Amino acid sequence: MLISVLILSALGIVFGLGLGWAALRFKVDSDPVVERIDALLPQTQCGQCGYPGCRPYAEAIAKDEADINQCPPGGEAGIRALADLLGREPKPLNPENGEETAKTVVLIDESRCIGCTLCIQACPVDAIVGAAKLMHTVIRSECTGCNLCLPPCPVDCIDIVAAETSPPRWQRPRPKTARTG
Amino acid sequence: MAEQPMTRNFEIGGAPHVPPQTTVAKVMLQVLLALVPGVLAYTWFFGPGILVQIGLASVFALAFEYLMLRLRGRPLKPFINDYSAVVTAVLFALCIPPLAPWWVSCIAMLFGIGFAKHLYGGLGQNVFNPAMVAYVVVLISFPQAMTSWLPPTALAEHSLGLADTLATIFTGRVPLEGGWDAITQATPLDLLKTGVETGRMVPEIRNSPIFGDFGGRGWEWIANWFALGGCFLLYRRVISWQVPVAVIGSVLLLSLPFWLADPDSNPFPLQHVFSGGIVLAAFFIATDPVSGCVSDRGRLIFGAGVAIITLVIRRWGGYPDGVAFAVLLMNMAAPLIDRYTRPRMYGE
Amino acid sequence: MTPSPIDEAAHEAGKRIHHFHGGLRLRHNKKISCRDPVERPPLPDLLIVPLLQQAGDIAEALVHTGDRVLKGQPIGQCQPCAAIHSPVSGTVEAIEDRPMSHPSGQSGPCVIIRPDGREEWFKLNPVDDWQTAGADELITQIQRCGIAGLGGAVFPTHTKMRDGRDRHIHTLILNGVECEPYISCDEMLMREQPGKIILGARILRRVLGAERVLIAIEDQMGAVQKALIGCAEFAQSKNISVIKVPTIYPEGGERQLIQVLTGLEVPAGGRPSDLGLVCQNVATAAAVAEAVTQGTPLIERYVTVTGNGISHPRNFLALFGTPISHLVACCGGYNDDVARLVIGGPMMGYPLDTDSAPVVKASNCVLALSRQDIAEPQVEMPCIRCGECARVCPAMLLPQQLQLQIRNGLWKPAQEYGLSACIECGCCDLVCPSHIPLVDWFRYGKGELRKRALENAATELARKRFEEREERLLRLKQERAEKMTRRKQVLKDKTTQQDRIQAAIRRAENKVAQKPDGQDGGTADDT
Repeated sequence: MLISVLILSALGIVFGLGLGWAALRFKVDSDPVVERIDALLPQTQCGQCGYPGCRPYAEAIAKDEADINQCPPGGEAGIRALADLLGREPKPLNPENGEETAKTVVLIDESRCIGCTLCIQACPVDAIVGAAKLMHTVIRSECTGCNLCLPPCPVDCIDIVAAETSPPRWQRPRPKTARTG
Repeated sequence: MAEQPMTRNFEIGGAPHVPPQTTVAKVMLQVLLALVPGVLAYTWFFGPGILVQIGLASVFALAFEYLMLRLRGRPLKPFINDYSAVVTAVLFALCIPPLAPWWVSCIAMLFGIGFAKHLYGGLGQNVFNPAMVAYVVVLISFPQAMTSWLPPTALAEHSLGLADTLATIFTGRVPLEGGWDAITQATPLDLLKTGVETGRMVPEIRNSPIFGDFGGRGWEWIANWFALGGCFLLYRRVISWQVPVAVIGSVLLLSLPFWLADPDSNPFPLQHVFSGGIVLAAFFIATDPVSGCVSDRGRLIFGAGVAIITLVIRRWGGYPDGVAFAVLLMNMAAPLIDRYTRPRMYGE
Repeated sequence: MTPSPIDEAAHEAGKRIHHFHGGLRLRHNKKISCRDPVERPPLPDLLIVPLLQQAGDIAEALVHTGDRVLKGQPIGQCQPCAAIHSPVSGTVEAIEDRPMSHPSGQSGPCVIIRPDGREEWFKLNPVDDWQTAGADELITQIQRCGIAGLGGAVFPTHTKMRDGRDRHIHTLILNGVECEPYISCDEMLMREQPGKIILGARILRRVLGAERVLIAIEDQMGAVQKALIGCAEFAQSKNISVIKVPTIYPEGGERQLIQVLTGLEVPAGGRPSDLGLVCQNVATAAAVAEAVTQGTPLIERYVTVTGNGISHPRNFLALFGTPISHLVACCGGYNDDVARLVIGGPMMGYPLDTDSAPVVKASNCVLALSRQDIAEPQVEMPCIRCGECARVCPAMLLPQQLQLQIRNGLWKPAQEYGLSACIECGCCDLVCPSHIPLVDWFRYGKGELRKRALENAATELARKRFEEREERLLRLKQERAEKMTRRKQVLKDKTTQQDRIQAAIRRAENKVAQKPDGQDGGTADDT
């Protein structure tokens, strides 16, 4: 009786030590979780999540200060990816943060622009070029569609337009599944 | 300058703008067609029981197919008309004794169609061959009903006509003096197995009149006709050559050394091929694409696996034949085999 | 250096005919459109010249509404794709969105030209003597003349040639294998203008610095071989051979043709130039010959108008911008049972919803199919894993498994299963007993991958720009803060200095007070 207890305890200790050693020896250096969360965010930098950019939001998620359903541009797919990464249940987008919409970009109506540079300061990705008293323009390929430039504009010369889908950018639709099985 | 003609609008549709070459129903129909010579030979040698069994199994198969499609909320027409349930039914009927009671088909089809096929997601989704699941379920559950085999009519003292056959199948009683014992007999494989186990020599066992040139009398001819049907399928490219070649080739190759080493306790290779379900399985059962392998190499491995497991069961297992078990076991291995035999891509 | 076996095999190109995996033998249906000699149709009332005719972006219009244009005048430019020229002399009526013969079926910007019938040419600048001209000059000429691959992909020819010139190319393959059913425009071109093709081949060979030219044609094209070998240019040229290859669809695919001629496969993700080969369509070669020797830009092409929906199928030499309805009218109109209009062949072509769309660089064939020719809308059944798709796939893929990955949105496995290696030939689609629209899935999947790549790039860019901006703002803030502290420091320094001066004065006064005789010993300020 005693012997078997001793043997089992000894085995337990040996294996425990072995496991402990293995855990140290083969420790996987994973990317810092903030980086990985940030990689899944759409980088719109729109601030709809309540944080001043995607990275701050990623940091907040990592610290468990923010939920994963606060990013409208990322949408359902984004939430699913985050849930996957963090091993949580996906949940619907929080309507307080906004709604998922198709990607848009902004366009400055150059005839109305007065060159105040306020939008340039608001743009989180420096996608608006121009100088004081001179006309501004949006670098369309670099606009993320965050619409942060809209509120500061004193003359309301910035319009939201759909991102380009004309033939060179045209994407074949998903085949209709007339599937029977 | 030519006059500008009126423009005209057209409906659009996806490429290719050519009608498809075949349909699932056509594939299944060709399989059924290829089974006809073998079934006719079966009837010739063993009486009309098999036709009754095919009819019974088909009715039950279609009934369960209908039921399951309704339960799953799937459209009926394309799936009832694809003949896949009938193929399952016919292949199952060819595995059971021709006088098996009617409820055997009913239970078997419930498991084959209802469970093995539809609970796994219906046509194309089943992991296991439905006909073999059906057969194995009743083989294990009702051993007696499943071992009441008939001798070839040429050897039988009493042979049953259609009316007697129907009566036997539906009542479970043989309308003859002596009942079941008067008409049933051990199959060649049974005889071989019990004989070898009791220490008799294979050549001695083979002296029994139920043995023919290679396998059992009658059975070997049925196998030939099945093989003919199989060749038709090969020609029509419904099945690929890899599976039948692998199954039959492996049986021959593997049984050869045993036979050479000890011909007294091991049957010779061709006898293995022509007895039991090897030929039927090689051309019609192991070639089932849904539960088999996809790649060419995978199909070779799949066929060889079926052959090896069958021989192992015949030699060391508890059942005289093991084709059904072999197919089911290989079905289980098929996804793994496919994973490791993925063919090389162009330029890779 | 001893050549590797791959090099050797590549050099042996054309000596033996090899096989490619899969493929289908299809009914040819070419004879119906080869009965009449090729003609130019009468000028239409209006020409609609789309500004998107090739792989790449929409070209920028160089003309305005109301401008008079000359035949061959550049009207659209687009870097780095091929230029677009006016096919006639006339007036620009409008630049507006019209249906433009694009797989999307969408409209796009087109230059609408009303021809004046005078056919006045823009000033053409041929290369003086191509046999002495440098490769760069020839490539520039090709680019200026707007030449793009006329086999269907419309890849800018100058880009391909520039890439080829920079690699070590030994063999130029001219692709005359028109493996899709119905299409016969290349066959007619080879029959009618063999000299131009051979001349183009020699020019392209010079650009590439290649040794040999192989002209691959189908084994059913007897007349073509005779025409090519019989022409005067062929007799004058060395190292040009005409090779017949068996007619199996999709043998005209660049990679399949290379496999047939050399037995080698173009490495995955690579290009034929990796094997020292360059492939060009025969029609492209003819266009190059015209562009170099006469300076003519690419403004017209051979077009097959055929199918059971056309009353008199034939081939035309049609100007780009000619409405398809006009060509059909010149063929005697549609038959009553016409059901579908396709640009290209029945396997890979795309359907048009209107025949007001024009002929463009990519339109090799206008195919009007009757009700019996096309498939009834089929019910899609589940895959039964029959493996036929894999057997016929020339790219040796597993289409059904690939399709499953795409359907489930598993993009990484889809790439591993070779999505990008798919050539969209449609063989798998045709043999599938379950009628799964495999190629539609693959095209969708490729588009999705492309979109994802673009999105990822955009996301990365946005991230970088955001981070850089944050950094810059931080730096500015720090700089501002630093400036502030420095200023404060300076102010503070000023006050201490004042203190010290005051102290020194006081000390001095004290000293003066102690030594009234004025001995000055401690003048040195210790600061």
